Amino acid sequence: MDNPQNLLITGTRKGIGKYLVEYYIEQGFRVIGCSRSAADYELEHYQHFCLDVSNEPAVKQMFFEIRKGYGGLHVLINNAGIASMNHVLSTPMKTVHNILNTNVAGTFLFCREAAKLMQIGQYGRIVNFSTVATPLQLEGEAVYAASKAAVFSLTQILARELSQFGITVNSVGPTPVATDLIRSVPKEKIDHLLARQAIPRLGTFEDIANVIDFFIQPKSEFITGQNIYLGGVS
Amino acid sequence: MHDQIVDIIIREVEEVNKKLPNRVPVELRNNAPLFGTDGALDSIGLVTLLVAIEQSVEDDFDSPLTLADERAMSQKNSPYQTIGTLAKYIESLLGGSHG
Repeated sequence: MDNPQNLLITGTRKGIGKYLVEYYIEQGFRVIGCSRSAADYELEHYQHFCLDVSNEPAVKQMFFEIRKGYGGLHVLINNAGIASMNHVLSTPMKTVHNILNTNVAGTFLFCREAAKLMQIGQYGRIVNFSTVATPLQLEGEAVYAASKAAVFSLTQILARELSQFGITVNSVGPTPVATDLIRSVPKEKIDHLLARQAIPRLGTFEDIANVIDFFIQPKSEFITGQNIYLGGVS
Repeated sequence: MHDQIVDIIIREVEEVNKKLPNRVPVELRNNAPLFGTDGALDSIGLVTLLVAIEQSVEDDFDSPLTLADERAMSQKNSPYQTIGTLAKYIESLLGGSHG
């Protein structure tokens, strides 16, 4: 890239987030990432921040440092998310608050602060994470699915509010991928879920990056407020 | 501190004035109406100005600042009614670390 773009990804300590860091550095981006605990890797053109995505002062401090260090931001990928497999009758309120804080409040906060930096250059690409758990109405995932439905609603409205600044906001809805997020889910449950997809297999990191690539390319300037589910789920 | 903040606001308002059909009368300084019944700014003009002021204050005071308030869009109680009320509001936000 002649003029490398600055790309921020949340939840980069492991899994999809870590893969996206490596993938986008390879594509020539300057990548900034964050997670609650320190990353156990260091890469050229990568800067890591330790923070909770719903902690406003910490997030604000990070964006302040990004503006001073990089001058602006081109792409935000709101990957950080938590899930909890539980029956509604045995779900503690603490779990509900944690999921909503990370998935909804965290996504909102990052969109708000990123948009402030993106409007400097009148250009921006924001990609949020939804999930197939919402349209598939997965039992045991009520709070997680509801939190991601909220993320899609945010995506649609922010797309409208931010369009005048040259910022697009879209979301990608992965199927189950072999990560920590589904490690605790029984195999029969995953098999049953995969059977409800048009293409019945686990997703891969590459599948997700492919959709993000489409959303963040400059020529996708007319694509906003959209959600793409993987695996043929609708 | 108040005068320093007013100067930052006026500097940023003058930038926004270049793009507005009805300019904000910055010569009134503290009394210049921004948003609300007498204000020249619409809601988009206001948020654009606030982001610019937020970043300018951050640069001058070398500290993060968030201009976000429940009363923002209120026609009666907005802290953004005049340059003076906005300066006071920013002063109160900075008060903790710069008092």
